[in-house]
Amino acid sequence: MMRMKQATSALALGATVALLAAGCGSSAGASGDENTITWWHNSNTGAGKDYYDKVAADFEAANPGVTIEVSAMQHEDMGTKLDAAFQSGDDAQIPDIYMERGGGELADHVEAGLTKDISEASAETIAKLGGSVAGWQVDGQTYALPFSVGVVGFWYNKALFEQAGITAAPTTIDEFDEAVGKLKAAGIDPISVGAGDKWPAAHYWYYTALRECSEDVLTDAVTSLDFSDECFVRAGEDLEAIIATEPFNPGFLSTAAQSGPTSASGLLATRKVAMELAGHWEPGVMQGLTEDEQGLGEDTGWFAFPEFPDQEGAAAAALGGGDAWAVSQGAPDIAVEFANYLLSDEVQTGFAELDMGLPTNPAATGSVADPALVTLLDVRDSAPYVQLYFDTAFGASVGGAMNDAIALMFAGEASPEDVVDATQAAADAEKE
Amino acid sequence: MVDVADGATARMGAPASPATSTLTAGAAVRAGARTAPPGVGGRRGNRASLRKGLEIAFFVTPALALFLFFVVWPIVKAVQFSVYRWKGYGPLVDFVGLRNYVSVLTNEVFTDALVHNLVIVVLSIGIQLPLGLAIALLLNRTMWGQGLLRTVIFVPYVLAEVIAGVVWYQLLQPQYGVIDTMLQAVGLSGPAQGWLGTPDYALLTVVVVLTWKYLGLAVILFLAGLQSVPEELYEAAQIDGATWWQVQRKITIPLLGPTLRTWAFLSMIGSLQLFDMVWILTGGGPANATSTMATFLITEGTKRQNYGIAAAASVVLFVVALVLALGYQYFVLRRDNQDTVVTRKKATK
Repeated sequence: MMRMKQATSALALGATVALLAAGCGSSAGASGDENTITWWHNSNTGAGKDYYDKVAADFEAANPGVTIEVSAMQHEDMGTKLDAAFQSGDDAQIPDIYMERGGGELADHVEAGLTKDISEASAETIAKLGGSVAGWQVDGQTYALPFSVGVVGFWYNKALFEQAGITAAPTTIDEFDEAVGKLKAAGIDPISVGAGDKWPAAHYWYYTALRECSEDVLTDAVTSLDFSDECFVRAGEDLEAIIATEPFNPGFLSTAAQSGPTSASGLLATRKVAMELAGHWEPGVMQGLTEDEQGLGEDTGWFAFPEFPDQEGAAAAALGGGDAWAVSQGAPDIAVEFANYLLSDEVQTGFAELDMGLPTNPAATGSVADPALVTLLDVRDSAPYVQLYFDTAFGASVGGAMNDAIALMFAGEASPEDVVDATQAAADAEKE
Repeated sequence: MVDVADGATARMGAPASPATSTLTAGAAVRAGARTAPPGVGGRRGNRASLRKGLEIAFFVTPALALFLFFVVWPIVKAVQFSVYRWKGYGPLVDFVGLRNYVSVLTNEVFTDALVHNLVIVVLSIGIQLPLGLAIALLLNRTMWGQGLLRTVIFVPYVLAEVIAGVVWYQLLQPQYGVIDTMLQAVGLSGPAQGWLGTPDYALLTVVVVLTWKYLGLAVILFLAGLQSVPEELYEAAQIDGATWWQVQRKITIPLLGPTLRTWAFLSMIGSLQLFDMVWILTGGGPANATSTMATFLITEGTKRQNYGIAAAASVVLFVVALVLALGYQYFVLRRDNQDTVVTRKKATK
């Protein structure tokens, strides 16, 4: 009897150890195989998912012996898993092809030796994409191929603007303030902003900085992390002036960006506010937040961030960003070929036809059907330069400090100087 | 008040001891019977003690291994991370000594977070103790629907924290939330930025939600404690002509002392480590008005990739919790522990 008990316990102990070992050793599925490509993407629903499955199957058919393991994940899940995979430093766990947002984040990945330099292997594709790849270059080398780049601007409800007696979308800050005044007079909350998530609020400062600062100053700041130029303080002053007109939805300090009907996107989609500053994803998000899946439908309008008197930035310059396919350091060579294939005319055209984003391959831009996305494509392609979101450009550490300070400004607890100081302090910590 | 409680516990210790003593005595006899044989022969004794040692090792190892693996090892790693500047990937190379600790302790956001934690500790105990005690005393009286009421008061505690958080988040929405709508219906209006969006009210709002969530636990623990108060004492008090209030003040509450102190300890540790409810309701905002040490370290770690600073913050959180816990054990819980030591001594006599 005693023996048996001991035997059972031994078994249990063995099982525990085995479980522990399994827990430590299990891999996400990627293998070191030269002919197997693991690919993570975030088009995890509907037509987008089907399309990417088909793209993988087509590549497999064209390259006998190659297997592509596709993992379609929800966006936030993918980010978390990717961080964990990178932390493990284990090539078997890091996907061969993953999504890279560029800027400081990419620079960190490159510095840690996680991302492959594809400047030569993808030279042809890079040439085709032109200026779009700038955000994914570090020290002149290209590390990822952007497949969708969008710009940020005001999405608005045409019907509510009409109701408030606004005939034309504002182009200058004075017209913008006037529009806000008219909307308030008509009893409509003018703007929703998800300041609870911080980055939607930070986009306002990014844009005022883009207007106030010249391109040279911005380009310089991204590499030198020096924010001593006066224009950054002026950017904060402009934003303070906008906040002072109290244009935002009640409770904006705790409003989420895009989750649920009470989020900033939800308020715009359900016609509770007249406009919101957001990127190219907004129509899609709004469709997901309305019962008829139409979002604002016919009433969807878009206008660029207003201009300021005496601004030093180019009038048509835009704030934007996007996603690129990057190849991890430990990936087989065939993975680079697959990344090139993903940017081919054929794949990008299919991507455009499904309105999955704003294609970067010029051969595909004509295939975009959604009128809102077509507007954005024009804006993007006619902009003298597209500034990558500052938080992405500066990296998580500096960008996070910057976003926090800007969110404090929305709460009336930070001055224009405070924003610059907080950003500079985080940047200096980075430089040490 | 405290002295009275002490006297009562000490006095109560005596009648309570017979029950305990039989138990301990029984255990001692059994233990004695087990260890007695080794006295006969040295070799056999060594073998027996070896065997016993092996037995202990065998049964303790799995638990010990899990403890080392999931508790000690992470703490060691956290301390290691905290002296490096590390972005979450790549090797640990950028040794910065104690600089992360300096940056954490001089960071106003962190010190504010620490203050918020302490405010929550004080308010949780200050609100839930009297309220929970009052409800427990009420529910301890025989009345109609007693069982139902006990269940109702305990339901919030059973709900998953995340679900409760999301529900309250929606209830507290400015303008369109249920609470604001109800206020508007009676002609009042909530704060313009909403309960969770106004920096001045946000922390108090979180405390209200926490009270709602955890009051049930306090009540159920206190009720359990009340069951152990011997009925004879009440009878004796009644014979002496004590009023209901006198009975509660002189008998019930003093005898509930150990339960109250243990509950306060749990509540304190929970408040120091508070994360999930705050994260869902406010994410630490607005303007860091509701940040806690845990939300600070998550923001620094996973959002800003300053893993070194996050690790330093986690070590500080660990030390703060440990110091408060040990201090509480030493100054407050010691008397409860002493009681048991005293009883055991009596039993062995």
